[in-house]
Order: sequence, then C-alpha cells, then structure tokens
Amino acid sequence: MARRDWTTAALLAPAYGWLALAVFLPLGAMLFFSFLKAAPFGTRPLQFTFDNYLAFVRRPYLIDVAWTSIQIGLWTTGLCALVGLPAAIALARATRGRSQQVLFLLIVLPFWTNGLVRVFSWTMVLREGGVLDYALHLVAPSAPAVALLYSFPAIIIGLVHAYLPYMILTCYLSAAAIDDAYIEAARSLGARTPMIFAKIVLPLSLPGLISGAILIFVPVIGSFMEPRILGGRVGVTMGTMIEDQFVQAFNWPLGAALSFTMLAVVLIIFGVSSRALSARFGAQ
Amino acid sequence: MIALGRTYLLATIAFLYLPIAVMVAMAFNDSALYTLPIEPSLRWFASLAVNAPLQSATRNSLLIASATSVIATAVGAMAALALERKRFRGRSLLRLLLLPPIAIPWLIIGTAMLVFFFWTGIGRGIHALLIGHVALAIPYVVLIIGAGLQTLRADLEEAAMSLGSTPIHAFFSITLPPLLPSVLAAALFAFAVSLDQFVISYFLSTPGVSTLPVEIYSSIRKGFTPEINAISTIFLGVSSALVLVFAQLSHLGGKRDSR
Repeated sequence: MARRDWTTAALLAPAYGWLALAVFLPLGAMLFFSFLKAAPFGTRPLQFTFDNYLAFVRRPYLIDVAWTSIQIGLWTTGLCALVGLPAAIALARATRGRSQQVLFLLIVLPFWTNGLVRVFSWTMVLREGGVLDYALHLVAPSAPAVALLYSFPAIIIGLVHAYLPYMILTCYLSAAAIDDAYIEAARSLGARTPMIFAKIVLPLSLPGLISGAILIFVPVIGSFMEPRILGGRVGVTMGTMIEDQFVQAFNWPLGAALSFTMLAVVLIIFGVSSRALSARFGAQ
Repeated sequence: MIALGRTYLLATIAFLYLPIAVMVAMAFNDSALYTLPIEPSLRWFASLAVNAPLQSATRNSLLIASATSVIATAVGAMAALALERKRFRGRSLLRLLLLPPIAIPWLIIGTAMLVFFFWTGIGRGIHALLIGHVALAIPYVVLIIGAGLQTLRADLEEAAMSLGSTPIHAFFSITLPPLLPSVLAAALFAFAVSLDQFVISYFLSTPGVSTLPVEIYSSIRKGFTPEINAISTIFLGVSSALVLVFAQLSHLGGKRDSR
C-alpha cells in the first residue's frame, strides 16, 4: 500500500506544487501585504496596520468608484441575460443537427479570440468618424455626429460583447436539457407557445441564467482593460484603481487590501448563489 | 416562432462578429487614420516585417504558449491520472483546489503573482510569465484529461498489470492510445489559454520582455497605427484555427445529435 501512496503523491506533486508556487502562495503573500503599512522592501521594518481595509471610510471617493464598478457589473449582466437567454433558447429549440453545431461553434468562437483585440475593435466602431458614425451618415446625412467612445455606454457595449457567449453557453446547456415530452404534453393539453415559454422553457432555463450571471458579474467588476480603453477618463473602476496601486502609485498594501475586499465580495457571491442554486434545483 | 428564433439568433451572431469584421477590414485599409471608405492596401502587413518590438513580442508569445502547452499537459495529465484512478484521502479537496485559478478574477491573481514574485526574488520576465501561464492552464488540462479518463475503462489497465505488465508500460500501451484525443485537446487548450492571456502577462512582463497582447495594449494606449490591426488579424486567424481543431477533437457542440 505504501508504494501506491508514493506513486499517487508523485503524480500529484508537480501540478499542485506549481499551483502552490504560482497561485496559493502569492495569494497568501498578498493577504500578508494588505496588513502592512508599507511594502517590506530593503531594510524597512515591518509595521502592521488595519488601515488599508478602512480605505473606504478614509477615502469616500472609493465608494463612488465601487458603485461605478457595481453599476457596470449590473448593466453588463442584465443586458447579457436579456440578449443571451432568447438566443440560447432559439439555438436549443429552433435549430437542430448540423446547423445547430455550426451555429454553436460560431457563438463560442469569438470567445476564444483575444479579449483585448475585441475591445480594440470596438474603438474603431464607436469613435467619432468610426463605422457607426459613417453608417448613420450614409442613411441620414444631417444627423449629429455619433461619438460613443470614452463614455459609460461604450464600456457596457464592449463588456456585453465580451461576455455574451458565456451567457448563451450556460443558458443553452439548460435549455437543451429540457425534455421534449414536457413541451409536447403542454401542447396536447392546449397550451400556446407564449404559455409554454413562460411556464416551461423559461423556468427550466433559470439555472443556466443564474450560473451565466455569476460567470459574468464576477470578472466584470474586476475588469480594468475594457474601462480603460473604451471609457477613457470616465472609466475609473475598482479594477483600474487596483491596477493603479500596483503600476502607477506603487502603494502595494492598499492595492492588496482592495483586491482582497473584491475577492471577499466574489466569494460571497459564489457562496450565496451556489447555496441558492442547490436549494432550488438540488432536489431534481 | 421558429423563423423568428432563427432570425434573432443570426442577429446575435452578427453583433458578435461586427467589430471583429471591422477590425480585420481596417487592417486592409490604406489610411493610417482609419478613414472610410476603405482603400485596399497591404502596406500594414508589409510594415510588420520591420517592426522589431511587435516581432519580438510575437516570438515571446509563441515561445511561452508552446512551453506552457507542453509543461501544463504533462503535469496536468499526471494529476488527472491520480485524481481519476487512485483512491486516497483528500481527493475531493484537491479537486476543489483546481477552481480558484479559474474562478478568481485574473486581476487579483496577476497582482498577487507580481507581489510574491517580486518579494521572493523570482522577479518578472519570461520565466515569471511561464510560471504564471502554466499555473493558469493546469486546472483546465486536469479537467479535460480527467473527463477523457472517465470515459475509459480502468479494468483494462488492471488486467494488463495482473498479466505482468508494469504500471508505466500499462499506461503507455493501454491507457494512452484511446486517451490521445483528450491529451491533444488539453494541449491545444493550454496553448490557447497562454496565447490569449493578457492580464497576468501585463503584470509579469518588463518593458523589454512582453507578449503580443501586452504590446498591443501599450500601443493602443500610446496611439496606434493599423499595424496593430494587421498583427491582430493574423493572431485572430491562429486562435480561430486552434479552436476549430480543438472542437473537432473534443466534439464540442455535438452533444445533441437529433438523428
């Protein structure tokens, strides 16, 4: 038996050792940093403090920044749900066979292309004199100039575009799993399409909707590249604040504390939603 | 209703592809200021040939992605084998530990790596990028190969071993051949994860040593030319080709066969 234990340990050690070195120890180090007064480089003595976590009290503008991030998260998640759920249901229910596979692949494909490249693409569509502006003036030459770039809507458009495939994917998995017999039974009892949609398809797609919403909300509140490129001066979010602490201001302890505050929010969201999901759908 | 659904679906797909199409079209536009209408030209592709920073960033990206793919697949396959085929205490905890690298926002993981690597003297640069990318890819590899292993019968290996084969020989002659598509899919996935990674690379690269996405980001912020479109177009082609091969290998999207 002892020999088999050693084999198992030897198989596992490289992967988990690597994860420890590159993910778990760094997270531990950052937690440690978040309680320091200043980064412990050189001969500076260690001074512990809880001040970094009181940043939201000491610096009221951070509350505005956090609120902007939450608004961006809510708008993006909401719009993805609104656009993605019907698309997922259409994919699962209105297509089949080969064309379903091709359409599925077409939806997943952009999600594997570089996120940065896609955000960059939007700058060319949304800027003044960009594609949108040009197209509008072909139709209505006297219309005012459309310059959406560097605005709140630009950030939302870019993020919805980036995260929509997640929502379509998770909702599709739920919608495709609905047993055709339920729908046939409802139809044979005289239910019309809107009724079937509201009473069967929508409720049974809900788990996909919820997991899609989590998969989107969590990374969106931590996004920094999209708000920077598409939002310009408007795009000050928790993500860009944290990035600034590490890249510009070099206040690593504050950046670490802000990161951990955000991580706590993420964990709470995961905890609450997984409990809600299992309470509601675990019985099935 | 069905026709409405299909139209809506196609409109959604059009939304997903619109900006990408614009980006590609602008790569072939002669104007440096992205003016419309488009005048076809290949000058931006030609000028890539003399753009040293972009070339070195591309080389770094390909190098790191290849190394990540090899290392993460080897290391991840071993872990998947132990998690699927061995019984031991703490197995479910180890499975759970695969999730944080996937679920925690990259911004947090990236800054944590920066802090830790700087503090311990590992520093930044190619080696740091490689350490970070492999760590991100490992959980995906374990999950993909683990799923492949689940569909294979474990008793064949045991039969081979009871007939006198060594465990290593049993693995290479019995388990590996039918597992090969999963291993290949995992390797491609790891390659794609590394090639597309921006956030972590951003924190771990140095001004001299960066990857293509980091170089694109700094060009976008400094003021850019359609050269960025040209290189992005090439990049897009490579990523898309990888995904198509991956889909073919893992039969992605073919779950509901309605014949």
